Amino acid sequence: MALLNTFKETCDYLREIWSGVGSLLKGMHVTGTYFLRGDGVTQQYPENRDQLRMFDNFKGELILIHDENNQHSCNACNSCARKCPNGSIEVASVRVQGDDGRSKRVLEKYTYHLESCTFCGLCVPACDQHALAFGQTFEHAVFDKAGLTKILNKPGSTSKAKDE
Amino acid sequence: MYDFSPLIASFTSLLEKTFSPFWAGAVSMVMLGVAVLTFYAVLGLYLVYAERKICARMQNRIGPNRVGPMGLFQTVADLIKLLLKELIYIRNADAFLFNVAPFIVIVASIMAIGSIPFARGLQAVDLNIGVLYILAISSMGVIGILVAGWASNNKFSVIGAMRSGAQVISYELSVGLALLGVITFAGSMQLSEVIASQQDGWWIFKGHIPAFIAFVIYLIAGTAETNRGPFDLPEAESELTAGFHTEYSGIKFAFFFLAEYMNMFIIAALATTLFLGGWLPFHLYEWDAFNRLMDFVPPVIWFFGKTALVIYLMMWFKWTFPRLRIDQLLTLEWKYLLPINLMNLLLISFLTLMKWHF
Repeated sequence: MALLNTFKETCDYLREIWSGVGSLLKGMHVTGTYFLRGDGVTQQYPENRDQLRMFDNFKGELILIHDENNQHSCNACNSCARKCPNGSIEVASVRVQGDDGRSKRVLEKYTYHLESCTFCGLCVPACDQHALAFGQTFEHAVFDKAGLTKILNKPGSTSKAKDE
Repeated sequence: MYDFSPLIASFTSLLEKTFSPFWAGAVSMVMLGVAVLTFYAVLGLYLVYAERKICARMQNRIGPNRVGPMGLFQTVADLIKLLLKELIYIRNADAFLFNVAPFIVIVASIMAIGSIPFARGLQAVDLNIGVLYILAISSMGVIGILVAGWASNNKFSVIGAMRSGAQVISYELSVGLALLGVITFAGSMQLSEVIASQQDGWWIFKGHIPAFIAFVIYLIAGTAETNRGPFDLPEAESELTAGFHTEYSGIKFAFFFLAEYMNMFIIAALATTLFLGGWLPFHLYEWDAFNRLMDFVPPVIWFFGKTALVIYLMMWFKWTFPRLRIDQLLTLEWKYLLPINLMNLLLISFLTLMKWHF
């Protein structure tokens, strides 16, 4: 009986070594294939600037979508500014007389403070008109803080938003 | 072909003709020292570069690629930075020991290089107990590590140094016993004779499976002895910041850093000399044309090629396996490597006695 136990223990000892060596070799196989393949995932940033494509849901900066007629769909409802936790959005609007004689709210100036934006993304779903989106640009470094305050509506743009 | 001894003999006779015997000896010693130091610095720098490139590829990165073509001068730039850096003196450290520790480590590894045969006749000293000498000298380095840890007066350093002591003392056994297998086969401790005994085949092939087991054990124990991953407990960044060299800065830190890489080179060179035939070319049995072709490759290239292969294996280990805990480390040595090694040595002695090796 004692002999049997000793035999069993010896078998376990050898099996332990065998499985240990096996798992080590498996690990070495992984790093070895990486070494032989050698296709690094590192991006060479300043060199590949022209080919660099960010992924779809990358939040570079907030943009107000303009179409080819220089029209955006903001109706200056201010819900994005109210959703913004940092107050990074200021929506200035004016009331104008519409074609049908009713007074209508029109966007005058959409100010976006990139310096205080945390890219939480709450403003985009808050917009009923789907006027907002996140752009892909990320090279935002400037020498003066004032350069980070951006006016999002392009000069001369008009709104195609339906009345609320 | 490619014998360096006539060249060196003519050089020595030239020196003896020009100077008195005393000055001839002094000049040759100085020249040898300069050669070894230059070799040490250049090789150390490029081993660091190789390590960074290899680990980068294994982790799907690129590695140093900005300084010089493919980043070749990155480590040179690093060395210049370390040379220019301020040496910070620790107020409560034992100043003498603190300053002397890096030199103990680096002198130990430089002395070991002296008896490594790079090619026929290209060996500073060919001792008749070469293997024993290299083992003895390279394990002196741990004294430097212990001194560094103690003199730093820092708990991390002391813990790192003590771990290193425990590790090197236990793994020294495995290194010695694994090499003893080859010494049994070759019947000599002189490195040139061990190489001569491999003229008709390297010991890793001639010695059947026991020689291969000895080689694997030697690699594991050698990695542990150089304090490299997965046995890098004395440094263990995540636990001990940097272990025994936490308090060191500038060139003294660079000494520890270089010595680690040179110890790796020495371990690999010893593995090459004893298991892989040293500077001997690779010969296949009775393929005369192939063997002739292999003879044309200079022995220095054979030596460095084989050493690079072993170094690559050690780097592969480092960047694959996670670090062991101190109890796992000692379990591996005393419960696995040592018994296997002793059985293996018995088997090797039996093979040698029956002349069953090729």
